[in-house]
Amino acid sequence: MMLAAIEAGTPDVSPFVIIFAACITENMVLTNFLGMCPFLNVSRELKSSSGLGLAVIFVLTFTCLLNALVYKYVLVPLEVEYLRFIVFIVVIAAFVQFVEMVIERVSPLLYMALGIFLPLITVNCAILGASLFMTIRNYTVTQSVTYGLGSGLGWTMAIIAMAGIRQKLIDSRIPKPLQGPGITLIVAGIMSLAFIGFSGMLNIR
Amino acid sequence: MPPRTLQIFKTGLWDDNPVFRQILGICSTLAVTNRLVNTAVMCIGLVYTMILSSVTVSVLRNVTPRRIRMMVEVLIIAAYVIVLKLFLEAFLPDISRELGAYVGLIITNCIVMGRCEAFAGQNRPWPSLWDAFGCSVGYSFVLLFIAFFRELLGFGTFFGVPVLTGDWTFWTIMVMPPGAFFMLAIAVWLARSVAPAKAEEKGKAK
Repeated sequence: MMLAAIEAGTPDVSPFVIIFAACITENMVLTNFLGMCPFLNVSRELKSSSGLGLAVIFVLTFTCLLNALVYKYVLVPLEVEYLRFIVFIVVIAAFVQFVEMVIERVSPLLYMALGIFLPLITVNCAILGASLFMTIRNYTVTQSVTYGLGSGLGWTMAIIAMAGIRQKLIDSRIPKPLQGPGITLIVAGIMSLAFIGFSGMLNIR
Repeated sequence: MPPRTLQIFKTGLWDDNPVFRQILGICSTLAVTNRLVNTAVMCIGLVYTMILSSVTVSVLRNVTPRRIRMMVEVLIIAAYVIVLKLFLEAFLPDISRELGAYVGLIITNCIVMGRCEAFAGQNRPWPSLWDAFGCSVGYSFVLLFIAFFRELLGFGTFFGVPVLTGDWTFWTIMVMPPGAFFMLAIAVWLARSVAPAKAEEKGKAK
């Protein structure tokens, strides 16, 4: 009964539209301000940005899947939806820890590339944010996974673009107080302006 | 207030202001700075969460095993945030709906975690309380400053009361996402021009 009610409120959007929308029109960093801290602090170098980006795509997709399942089949039937903050963060932390262990065993090379970024990801707002948005918007499990994937892609695209721009800025003469975070924020604002151009094209709320 | 706690408070409020100096924890709150009311509620929620979780972490610091300390901190913060969310749903349902997911995102707000980890984990409850209070108030006043200009220029209102009337053209861009980035950049610029940082970039990359 509960499940039927939830299903009824589900937005009728194709998963492919969700990937595109989550990536472009509803970009995690540039329109929802999620994952700002690593976006500003890690985007100094292209290499670490792309490493972190890959880790985010991976973790975001799978935690969205796990959290959607847990929410739909455990929390809603038990009517304890208000516990979702704690449950989601535990799922995320456990998943990240698990992935870290698996990668360490299976592929030391991949561990070298992604390993250092994994602990940072537990406290990345974008991960928890995606899980919370998907429950607020009543996505189905499939829609949640594609939403996670799209958000991850969008986040990675933004941080890589930012890293590229910041590398070009190294030799520029920037007023002292604006150096570092200040100029990064202005660049982010201009990028966000560009992304606003796409808004209204798709709507997934 | 003894001088030491005053000093801790002032460090958090200005010298090590989480927003200007460390650029931490702006994620969850920038999104709600387009209206002063929402920002104020969010800031009060943040002050509450930070003080209580810092004190709790500090009380439990000697019985928490080091390996799982991050997890314990996150759970403590999450528990307080759930209380906050239920409170808002019960007493301020409209604002709660507008804030949406962002109340929950206080959990992953880097300053709350950052202060628990950097200060409350090594200090006694009383100084921890002042540290959390200083940092959260320092954070709040920057956000209120940003929200004040965004709401004033974007909607022409102050706490919902129309101020700019007549032939004032609303700067719609201010209430859209780019406005938040530009306002924060301006705030950082102003703060760093007034008081240049002694040691740059000591905030942990998170």
